[in-house]
Amino acid sequence: MSEAMLVADRLTRHFGGLTANLEVCITLERGKLHALLGPNGAGKSTCINMLSGDLPPSAGRILLEGQDVTGLDSAERSHRGIGRSYQRTNIFPQFTVLENCRLAAQSRRPRPWRIFTDAMKTRDTVERARAAIVEAGLGGREQRKAGLLSHGEKRQLEIAMVLATDARVLLLDEPLAGMGSEESAQMVELLRELKQNRAILLVEHDMDAVFAVADTITVMVEGSVLESGPPEQIRNSEEVQAAYLGEEEHG
Amino acid sequence: MNSGVVTLFKLAVLAGLMLFPAIGSSFYVELVAKILVMAIFAMSLALLVGFTGLVSLGHAAYFGIAAYTVALIAPEYEAANLWFVLAASVLAAGAAAFFVGLFVLRTKGIYFIMVTLAFAQMAYYIFHDTALGRSSDGIYLNVKPDASLFGWTPFSLDDPAQLYYFILAAMAAVFVLLSFVLRSPFGRVLAGIHSNEHRMKSLGYATFRYKLAAFTLAGALAGVAGFLYAVLFGFVTPEYLSWHQSGNVLLMVILGGLGSLAGAVAGAFAFIGLQEMFSDWTKHWQLLMGLVIVAAVLFMPTGLAGLPRRIFRTVNWGEDDE
Amino acid sequence: MDFTSFLIQILNALQYGLLLFLVASGLTLVFGIMGIINLAHGSFYMIGAYLAFALSSLTGNLMLAIVLGIPLAFGFGALLERLLFVHLYKRDHLQQVLLTYGLILIFEELRSLTVGDDVHGVAIPELFSASIALSENLSYPVYRLVISVVCIALAAGLWWLMQRTRLGMMIRAGSFNREMVQSLGVNIDMLYRTVFALGVALAALAGMLAAPISSVYPGMGGNVLIISFVVVVIGGIGSVWGALVAALLVGFADTFGTVLMPDLAGLAVYLLMAVVLLWRPEGIFRKG
Repeated sequence: MSEAMLVADRLTRHFGGLTANLEVCITLERGKLHALLGPNGAGKSTCINMLSGDLPPSAGRILLEGQDVTGLDSAERSHRGIGRSYQRTNIFPQFTVLENCRLAAQSRRPRPWRIFTDAMKTRDTVERARAAIVEAGLGGREQRKAGLLSHGEKRQLEIAMVLATDARVLLLDEPLAGMGSEESAQMVELLRELKQNRAILLVEHDMDAVFAVADTITVMVEGSVLESGPPEQIRNSEEVQAAYLGEEEHG
Repeated sequence: MNSGVVTLFKLAVLAGLMLFPAIGSSFYVELVAKILVMAIFAMSLALLVGFTGLVSLGHAAYFGIAAYTVALIAPEYEAANLWFVLAASVLAAGAAAFFVGLFVLRTKGIYFIMVTLAFAQMAYYIFHDTALGRSSDGIYLNVKPDASLFGWTPFSLDDPAQLYYFILAAMAAVFVLLSFVLRSPFGRVLAGIHSNEHRMKSLGYATFRYKLAAFTLAGALAGVAGFLYAVLFGFVTPEYLSWHQSGNVLLMVILGGLGSLAGAVAGAFAFIGLQEMFSDWTKHWQLLMGLVIVAAVLFMPTGLAGLPRRIFRTVNWGEDDE
Repeated sequence: MDFTSFLIQILNALQYGLLLFLVASGLTLVFGIMGIINLAHGSFYMIGAYLAFALSSLTGNLMLAIVLGIPLAFGFGALLERLLFVHLYKRDHLQQVLLTYGLILIFEELRSLTVGDDVHGVAIPELFSASIALSENLSYPVYRLVISVVCIALAAGLWWLMQRTRLGMMIRAGSFNREMVQSLGVNIDMLYRTVFALGVALAALAGMLAAPISSVYPGMGGNVLIISFVVVVIGGIGSVWGALVAALLVGFADTFGTVLMPDLAGLAVYLLMAVVLLWRPEGIFRKG
């Protein structure tokens, strides 16, 4: 029995005269991976930004385990268990991989008043960071400066950081962007493992990956949900094909 | 560079500073004391600029507010209690920083630089033109504070050597305190904010509060410097809050190299050293200083603390890239 | 306060605000287009004033001095950009602040070396030296009205430049995307040099116009700089229109602040800024 963890209820966002998202409804369930697809300009980024708290909605609600979190900013949502990885790599390039994740872990146990504690020696944050690093497949790279990682490793670090915050809902924005086939396969494996106890929203362009790992797929076009359902339904849907084909025709 | 060598170097400098009164003339003892006070001022700004990435161009306001606090609340012809006025001055500076921080930390980038300057100018104006500052020419602290505590007087600030050591101890204490702060969880958050504030927010950090805390702490420590400066020279003027003062302390932080407390101290030495040297040569010493600043920015953007590393690299030890 | 005195205050506020606009417009253009914070901008105002003093002493005529001074200021600005500011485009704000702070010191001392530290007066041109009688015992100097008129004309000229000319279009485009504008064949170096020189000329002109009323004195650059910063903060970086509105707001706040709270006169402007910060931290008309 899977429970609904994150529910987007008629999310709408206007930018002046432009409507980027119109009454988008999405439900994320524990143990399931929900993929969000759509051609460029469909409004996927706007949607994920609203879910993570990076962008306030013009209308609509967001419910986390039944609680209305629409008014909370991204920091507060992070504390409620929502974690986000970014499409454009958003790490701390001058810090080591370990420190990137340790900082993420520290957010759960901030201890701001302990002036005489050496942060890098706080056992709980370091151990949580190491565990997240291993879970994301970056074991052995702890001491490397994050800015010097390969592109694929940076994407893994993005995920490791989110894991280090003990997030129960993961919003992943194109984690496979720019990856070669081997790295992509590893990432897909990782996603499969990650969804076991968590609810995941995956925005992606890599169709193979999506169909390999998604339990539900929602397709957006021009700000609205076109269709939503199991992968087979989407694969066979004529409307979806028309939407993508239409995109290809325009080039 | 080998951190052992660096630590040894720092200890050597400290030892030199401790021995200085024995060998230096009274003019130089006072000069070095002034530099040490400025080093505290510079370190307080380094916390903001170098470590948190908040470029404040109005830091002199807190320096001046503390200086004015001690001069205003001390009785005219008697000694105030050192511990009391110190606490009052630091509290006043910290409170002012907290209050200003509530406004200025709502802005970023160029705006932040400008509004910190504007608020400092507002404070300058208050002390220069209103009754609070008494006179636009400044006021005197006629008697050095008395260090008694529960009937015991550990030292007397009327003795220049003891005043010097008091200041040296204060500088060392601030250095040690800030070293701890920077390594603490709080300090690491500041570093994270400097590196990527947006990411810190999405990781769950209430970054505004951390920046406000840093801004307040920096203001309070600038207050320590302002307090000591007033005690050292016995005279406080509105120029302590001027934007020239804010510019000078920023320059010290840069000269020494960002991201380093020791660099801030070195920057204070370098700046005041240059200032003394240039003003010996000409009354238009600011021209020389200006040229040095322009040259430093154009040719030496990593500052003095970055100098050893640059020299190291040109010698080519085959180090890993930065 | 009777109506005539009130009218005088309004005219004063307008004139002060308009002069501020000249200075602040250059500042906000340079921020907005090139992303450079220039602390030495106030020095250009001072240089303009001293230039007016020097040239009008030489020629005996302020108007001639201004006509000569403007191209000089423009050329000086272009030279400064070519030699120094071109290096700042890739540097961070901190280095820009430092270098331009150094420039202030250099300009101040050079001024001290060449014309000394005295306060100087500059004569109002004969043509405008009369006063208009507003009531029985109150009159208003014609020259102040002239300043306002000139500033309004310049504001209109600036609007026309930005909205109706090719240069203006490039300026507005260049503030959004340097690479793209460059790839369209625009010589970005010349564009930046022109904008910078324009900013310098505007600030210098403001100084020249203000010289007869405010006198020419050493600290004038610093005062104007900080108030200009306040104007830009209130109006929003990069917005010339915002600079105009904000400059007028500041002009009125300062003038009426002095009337209403004589003991705390200078504070009014900062209070205004604080209020705006609470309401719109990125300026009233912020770009983008």
